[in-house]
Amino acid sequence: MANIPEDLHYSKDHEWVRVDGNIAVVGITDYAQDSLGDVVYVELPKAGEKFAANESFGSVESVKAVSEVFSPVSGEIAEVNDSLTDEPEKMNTDPYGDGWMIRVKMSAPGEVDSLLTAAEYEDFTKGDTE
Amino acid sequence: MKSEITKVTSHINPNEALIFERSQPGRIGYRLPPLDVDEQVLETLIPKAFLRDDDLEGVPEVSEVDIIRHFVRMSTWNYSIDQGMYPLGSCTMKYNSRLNEKVARIPGFAGLHPLTDAEDAQGALEVIYELQQHLAEITGLPGISLQPAAGAHGEMTGVMIIRAFIDARDGEAGSAKRRTMLIPDSAHGTNPASAHLSGFSVKTIRSTSEGLTDLDHLRELCSHGEVAGLMLTNPNTLGLFEKNIQEICRIVHDAGGLVYMDGANMNALVGVARPGDMGVDVIHLNLHKTFSTPHGGGGPGCGPCCCTRELEPFLPVPRIVLNRVESAGSTAASTGTRHPAPDTQHPRLRLDFNQPQSIGRVKAFFGNYGMMLRALAYIQTHGNDGLREATEAAVLNARYIAHGLTSDYDKPYNNPPMHEVVFTDKRQTRKGVHTLDIAKRLIDYGFHPMTIYFPLIVQGAMLIEPTESVGRQELDQFIEAMCSIAREAVDDPELVLSAPHTTRIGRLDEAAAARKPVLRWKPKARADAA
Amino acid sequence: MRYIPNSPEERAEMLQHVGLNSADDLFDSIPQELRLTRNLNTPAALSEIELLAGFDKLAQQNRAAKCTSFLGAGAYQHYIPTVVDHIISRSEFFTAYTPYQPEISQGTLQAIFEFQTLVCQLTGLEVANASMYDGSTALAEAVLMAERVTKRSKVIACGAIHPEYLDVVTTYVQHAGIELVRAEFDTASGQTSDVADLIDGNTAALVVQSPNFFGCIEDVTALAERAHAAGALLIVAVTEAISLGLLKSPGACGADIVVAEGQSFGVPLSFGGPYVGLFATREKYARQIPGRLVGEAYDKQGRRGFVLTLATREQHIRREKATSNICTNEGLIALAATVYLETMGRRGLQEVAQQCAQKTAYAAKQIAALDGFSVPFSAPRFNEFVVRAPKPAKELLAHLASEKNITGGLPLSRYFKDRSNDFLICVTEMNSRADIDALVAGLASAANDN
Repeated sequence: MANIPEDLHYSKDHEWVRVDGNIAVVGITDYAQDSLGDVVYVELPKAGEKFAANESFGSVESVKAVSEVFSPVSGEIAEVNDSLTDEPEKMNTDPYGDGWMIRVKMSAPGEVDSLLTAAEYEDFTKGDTE
Repeated sequence: MKSEITKVTSHINPNEALIFERSQPGRIGYRLPPLDVDEQVLETLIPKAFLRDDDLEGVPEVSEVDIIRHFVRMSTWNYSIDQGMYPLGSCTMKYNSRLNEKVARIPGFAGLHPLTDAEDAQGALEVIYELQQHLAEITGLPGISLQPAAGAHGEMTGVMIIRAFIDARDGEAGSAKRRTMLIPDSAHGTNPASAHLSGFSVKTIRSTSEGLTDLDHLRELCSHGEVAGLMLTNPNTLGLFEKNIQEICRIVHDAGGLVYMDGANMNALVGVARPGDMGVDVIHLNLHKTFSTPHGGGGPGCGPCCCTRELEPFLPVPRIVLNRVESAGSTAASTGTRHPAPDTQHPRLRLDFNQPQSIGRVKAFFGNYGMMLRALAYIQTHGNDGLREATEAAVLNARYIAHGLTSDYDKPYNNPPMHEVVFTDKRQTRKGVHTLDIAKRLIDYGFHPMTIYFPLIVQGAMLIEPTESVGRQELDQFIEAMCSIAREAVDDPELVLSAPHTTRIGRLDEAAAARKPVLRWKPKARADAA
Repeated sequence: MRYIPNSPEERAEMLQHVGLNSADDLFDSIPQELRLTRNLNTPAALSEIELLAGFDKLAQQNRAAKCTSFLGAGAYQHYIPTVVDHIISRSEFFTAYTPYQPEISQGTLQAIFEFQTLVCQLTGLEVANASMYDGSTALAEAVLMAERVTKRSKVIACGAIHPEYLDVVTTYVQHAGIELVRAEFDTASGQTSDVADLIDGNTAALVVQSPNFFGCIEDVTALAERAHAAGALLIVAVTEAISLGLLKSPGACGADIVVAEGQSFGVPLSFGGPYVGLFATREKYARQIPGRLVGEAYDKQGRRGFVLTLATREQHIRREKATSNICTNEGLIALAATVYLETMGRRGLQEVAQQCAQKTAYAAKQIAALDGFSVPFSAPRFNEFVVRAPKPAKELLAHLASEKNITGGLPLSRYFKDRSNDFLICVTEMNSRADIDALVAGLASAANDN
């Protein structure tokens, strides 16, 4: 059973968002890391780059798969988790904590409201497995 | 350096180090004749700034005995066709005849320089020409280039030919609107990668629940006037013949596109049915699959591109052609090894570079010529009846396995398979045993695993292709091994999950290897200092 | 058919076992109208005796294979230690597949790891792949990679690159949105002319071959500086890999990608293939490299092994976004090169390369002294050089072949229509002084004969 914290927002592409003022912290969900397997490489954007909601901002690689990751919100990259370059496995061991990927300065904070709640995401992942 | 005596369980073989770790200064594995011209001071010939200054440090120094032991020991860690069945689906691991190896090593071929004047290389060109004739007959497609070095290379060539044809037919503006290549979701990854190299974007066609191309989806995708072509494997990667192939070709042709067939699975068709008769425009073959040239641990291959007369002007240069129109009798494909005596006035064959519509050259010289010799020997050894017999035997073997495993494994498609059959791990996953585990456990039973997790549309796929080179007893052993693993998956799943148990090394940590890749050996001291 | 284990009787039983009546029933899923109802029009089966006689007869028509040869230009005649063919003829190597199952493929994997290491050592770069089809396709892949790395679209190719390599590059890039620009070579030195005017901020790479097609050693260091100053990569192609035993490594000169034809390393001429492409680059570009890579890995007991790695670059995972469409490469030929390099070893590679350079210097001096002959390019050379003859080279060399049984080189008119009197000579350790003297004498008499 995948861990889905109550206080986060979720996208259908299996990213989570933690809102911190006008900053959105983004990572991939426990469900996503589990289906991807051992993460071996993460491709991240540079601070200052701008992305629209649902635009690909990077990719996550396991031994035998590559997944693009999509920004759940629009905005400018404030910070990226550089430590993932050396320790990509943190995305497996702590997807909601040390495994965060980017911090986005949101240009349209209202977009968060259209994301899934924990309960909705849980239902969504169930549909995904059937 | 401290030397340690390490106890080994059976034999020294498991402990063979890297050659760099074996190297000792001063050991020599070669001898050349002494230099027989007056030696000049090197720096007077080549300025010092252009010369190496590292004394080739790190390059090994070993004796000839070291070399032989090193590689012979390492070789014992490999599985090979010569040891037993190698049922990799879509790979056609059939027997590699020793006779073909002998042919490729005949000095008159092996020692021949590719830039030799055509007049002095007529025998070599004759081999190319004759093989072209046979492949044209086998595929029903008369335009042949043997230049591509492997399947993906032949694919790239074929797709570029489609692009060049459409460019010529529709003009620049018209062609620019046709940039879509249709590829089924079951296709090999080289298909989309090759399409991309020709500037096409890929649209994926769904497969039906029967495992065949979804005609309705194909019609829909073809309705927008942007389709350049379709890349289709037939039999497809599920081992099923696309029985609607004529209709598929019609739909694509009516939409202004061309049909490319991935010939990876031709071992199911040789002597039985021909892509040219089905409506296919261009195809590649894998001489290293269907025509038994050895895989060599990952090549060399040879990926001839075969096409219709209409597409022939677009083939790579140079073409190998008859020097002049000869009397009808001597140009027939049936001449076999009995060639007309070379006309001393005009050599029989020549290189034709004058093909203004050609896509250009895809490889230096003529392609992987040594593979062509082997493939021609394969065709001559089998004879026309033997080629069909091999196809029948290959399909029968696959059918036999399909029959034998149905009781213990999930077979997702009901249609009878051709030369390969796909099963899944659906029944075994209940106990936590997956395809990878079944594959690894098969090693303990003395078999090379089948292709796993391909095609991608089948969850937990196990694609099994026995080829014709396996006898009934070994097929029975394989079926028994698979059924035994199915029982183990229920009774003792841990045994399967931790397999293999009999190999020199166990499962490797591939994640760690990919996170911090070590792609070459480095001297210890330097590695420590870093 | 002797390669099919099951007898016709056994096959009949098996058909019955699976519920079929005849072999034809196996093909029921193929529409009737598509099934071939006749035998293929290919020859009837031959016995081993007949087959070998046929091939021997064809081989005899290849008259050139028996001549003393001074032909190079991308394919070279070198000494091949006997052990090379012995090792690659072992079943365990030549009848194995690509090493997808590492537990039973360690022989192949460790050999490739050694190959990658040797390629790094020789090229002076940090990462090498498991091989490409050949030097020409490796060069094409290098150009595509430079475009990916720099996201720039112009590529400058020095004029003295092997014409067939340039043809292959042209084919590969024609739909990739890359503009290929040719730089001239200096007709006095034979080296690349100044490229400063051609390089700009949109240049992805400068491509140079060294020693170049005319045998001239290029100033790779200077070209690397030029390329880097504009933010472009330097790609170096090597067709005569034996030169790496003597010449400063392209990596040490500043090259970012080095490709080479590895045929010189223990691979027979075989009328052009199979050969093996070497491909090396800097560590920071490892994830942009085409083709397969083998890396070190450990099992649960801590035992070292090797495994295919960084596979997410490849077509079977990334599909149309892959770094290349290559799948099957040249595994067995890479093994031959590995055995060759390890057998010759550090000192052998140096000695072969030095013999080539010394014998070439001797030959060039003798020929330049002949009446009417000259050696037009002044740049330092390794083991090839252009000779200008007093009459059309094609004619001269044909005469030499028929009268003296010597293949004297390659008429440059094959590639350069305006160089009808020029031909390219290659001298290796296989050419004795007596061979060279015979060539020189033969040229002199062929020039005087009418």
